[in-house]
Amino acid sequence: MSTQALPAMEQVDYIRAQKGLRSWLTTVDHKRIAIMYLIAIVSFFVVGMILGLLMRAELLSHGEQFLSGAAYNRILTLHGVIMIFLFIIPSIMAVFGNFVLPIQIGANDVSFPRLNLASWYFYMAGAALALWSVGVGGVDTGWTFYVPYSGNTDANVVLPMLAAFLLGWSSILTGINMVTTVHRLRAPTMGWRQMPLFVWGIYATAWIAVLATPVIGITLVLVLFEKFFHVGIFNASMGGDPILFQHLFWIYSHPAVYIMVLPAMAVVSEIVPVFSQKRIFGYRFIAMSSIAIAAIGSLVWAHHMFTSGMADEGRIIFSFLTFFVSVPSAIKVFNWLATMYKGSIRIELPMLFAFAFIFLFSIGGFTGLLQAALSIDIHIHDTAFIVAHFHYTMFGGTGVMFFGAMYYWWPKMFGRMYNKAAGMVGFLLFFVGFNTLYFPLFVAGLKGMPRRYADYLPEYEGYHALSTYGSWIMVTGLLILIFNLIGSLRCLRFWGTDAEENPWDAASLDWKVPSPPPTHQFASEPIIVGGPYDYPIPHLGDDDKQAGKAEVKA
Amino acid sequence: MSQANDHHDEPHLIPYKTYILVWLGLCSLTLLTVAVSYANMRHMTIPVALMVASLKCTIVVLWFMHIKFENRVLWWFLIAAVGTYVIFVILTFADYSYR
Amino acid sequence: MSDSASITTGAEKPAAHDDHHGHYGVPGYDPAAWKMGMWLFLFTELLLFGAMFIVFAVYLHKYIWQFAAGSVQLDIPIGTFNTLVLLTSSMTMALAIAVLQRGKKELAIKLLDFTLGCAALFCVVKSFEWGGKFEHGIYPGSLHLAAMTLGEQIFFGLYFTMTGLHALHVIVGAGLILWCRARIKSGAVHAERITFMDNIGLYWHLVDLVWIFLFPLFYLVG
Ligand SMILES: [Cu+2]
Repeated sequence: MSTQALPAMEQVDYIRAQKGLRSWLTTVDHKRIAIMYLIAIVSFFVVGMILGLLMRAELLSHGEQFLSGAAYNRILTLHGVIMIFLFIIPSIMAVFGNFVLPIQIGANDVSFPRLNLASWYFYMAGAALALWSVGVGGVDTGWTFYVPYSGNTDANVVLPMLAAFLLGWSSILTGINMVTTVHRLRAPTMGWRQMPLFVWGIYATAWIAVLATPVIGITLVLVLFEKFFHVGIFNASMGGDPILFQHLFWIYSHPAVYIMVLPAMAVVSEIVPVFSQKRIFGYRFIAMSSIAIAAIGSLVWAHHMFTSGMADEGRIIFSFLTFFVSVPSAIKVFNWLATMYKGSIRIELPMLFAFAFIFLFSIGGFTGLLQAALSIDIHIHDTAFIVAHFHYTMFGGTGVMFFGAMYYWWPKMFGRMYNKAAGMVGFLLFFVGFNTLYFPLFVAGLKGMPRRYADYLPEYEGYHALSTYGSWIMVTGLLILIFNLIGSLRCLRFWGTDAEENPWDAASLDWKVPSPPPTHQFASEPIIVGGPYDYPIPHLGDDDKQAGKAEVKA
Repeated sequence: MSQANDHHDEPHLIPYKTYILVWLGLCSLTLLTVAVSYANMRHMTIPVALMVASLKCTIVVLWFMHIKFENRVLWWFLIAAVGTYVIFVILTFADYSYR
Repeated sequence: MSDSASITTGAEKPAAHDDHHGHYGVPGYDPAAWKMGMWLFLFTELLLFGAMFIVFAVYLHKYIWQFAAGSVQLDIPIGTFNTLVLLTSSMTMALAIAVLQRGKKELAIKLLDFTLGCAALFCVVKSFEWGGKFEHGIYPGSLHLAAMTLGEQIFFGLYFTMTGLHALHVIVGAGLILWCRARIKSGAVHAERITFMDNIGLYWHLVDLVWIFLFPLFYLVG
């Protein structure tokens, strides 16, 4: 993609544009809001990680170590709530969607900048409520808040439920903003097929956020109504059906896993062509598979409920439909591999994260297919197998690419390059630790280890001990990765170098503006010529009408 | 495909008479559905009531919410949203209609 | 980085797009974006009430006769009256916009006042209806209700929840209309800058739409 970029080099960058905490808390600049999200999200990630470490430590050997069963349940719930609602769901969408997407489409901001700031406050308010719930004794329902237990328990479920409600609104508002921005603020010379694939991924995600999130919002409100006004809705003693709660919960929460993973896939689609210096293979297929995942992802929710007491016919239908959702994901993986094929591959940290994503997400995806099969799922439902599966997809997928995106866009966001050697060490420790941590859980789960238990029979000790050792290796790696970034900042300069405008030789518009960009990154409208993946190496059988061949239409 | 055609600055001026006719239509459909409910048609009551309600809903969306005069993008948006909701309903009943 | 750089300058940009963007420099007034954002927001409302309608549909399917028994305890003439009130308010809202588009500010404000009157009337009638039910011992958690069949308990649980949330939307909608009225008065909203009013109109019609489904499902299934 080439442009008339017109970067105003003399302009002060967005970080230094204004000073003081107040200037940050009242900013409407999409880049500054992205940074505020980044700080909050990484902090909550560290909190969730510490809770995970505590659980793993408790499980080091059988018998009670230092956590009672009740305390374990509370920590487990908090770990789930923080990691799902405060980390994974907003992670890439809120940070990189906000920072990168407007730049990639040649806009100076999102469509509704003040709404954008409002959704950050919704996020922080939700986070505050979630943490407040710890202060008043914590909650032991698990992040799923299943009735009837959540309706009967004495624990204060109001706070985490309201937290989830507010966090839901935060992602809805971000979603509305992103959809409108893509439609209305794209540079007029940028056609749909000239949009970077990251934009396609965020666009599809934004739609899911808008259409699925209200369902969980109202469902939690209904539970609270039932709890406080004693109206009969899910309560079986008043004629209600608790399984209906599960339906509504998963109508949102299955699409939510695509809110989590689609942006991660979108980041992979950005990184792979850059570090292969090759045109993306199958642009249209990757773009459309994002839309297809969003669509098919809304058809399969009840695969989480195969043992809940649904009708057999319903279970068969949902099992059948679930297999289809793997097809678009597989299309993406094939296209990434085909993009790398005969490319000029550079092993840089972002590319390593992309490799890790493909490897870990494939394991997560294949084990997902096992669970889609009704008969197998009945055996492995609620075992550690499931825990391993969703950590491979959510953490090995989205978590890894959150770090991948940080390592890719860090030079652009802060104008500083981290220490690559230290990053490499951190990555390797992370990767080895990750697999040591989660792979044994597959085996333990298949052998019957149930999930969400604070203790286990002695025969599972080997798997659990190995898993706990893995958690220590992984956390070491994660800390190196995080501190490597922090220490490279301009205000610290412990290590690293100043970054150029385009350190990765990338072709998309986000790398045509200064690092870090000025508040108004485009002094005048950029004129888009060509595609976002115009790299020296064409792909084999270059018959796609995408990218390289797209010309400006007057 | 320039997206300049999402552009819709000039509001479409709809004559007052249209709104009054739409209102009359909606009111008569309301009275119709009430009348039908008194006719005691047992298992046909709900389908008829739902069909009339959907018809009223379509009229409101097309004229009062002037979707009829909007550009194609909003049509697609509406189809996506309503389609998603219909899928949710149908698939929920993939369970409940067999129980 | 690009090797096939064919750079055009800002001056050569195609004239056809000149009208398109006001966002380089200061963010411009983009009515289409506001309308699009509003519709996306309405979709969230659609799914929010939609989820409750799924709950209703599931229990209607399960307890069809008990729902009919619950439904006959509701007053059809009152429900019909309220439906007509809301439909009328929807029309006056649409007319208010049409009138302001033609520059008739005073008439637009009068029509909005009428719309507000309808909203108030709806809420008053609704509260009398609820009050009547309470007097008959039918309210959430009442002993009388607990003595009814399971299906009727669910029916009234949903009745209070759904009509209650709808009434809340009526109140919010009325608040928005008041705000809009103030902005018309101050001149911030006028024939050329009418998107704000358009969007509030859309919200008001959505409130009407929800009632269009609530009415037959609660009052007419008996
Ligand atoms: Cu799922």
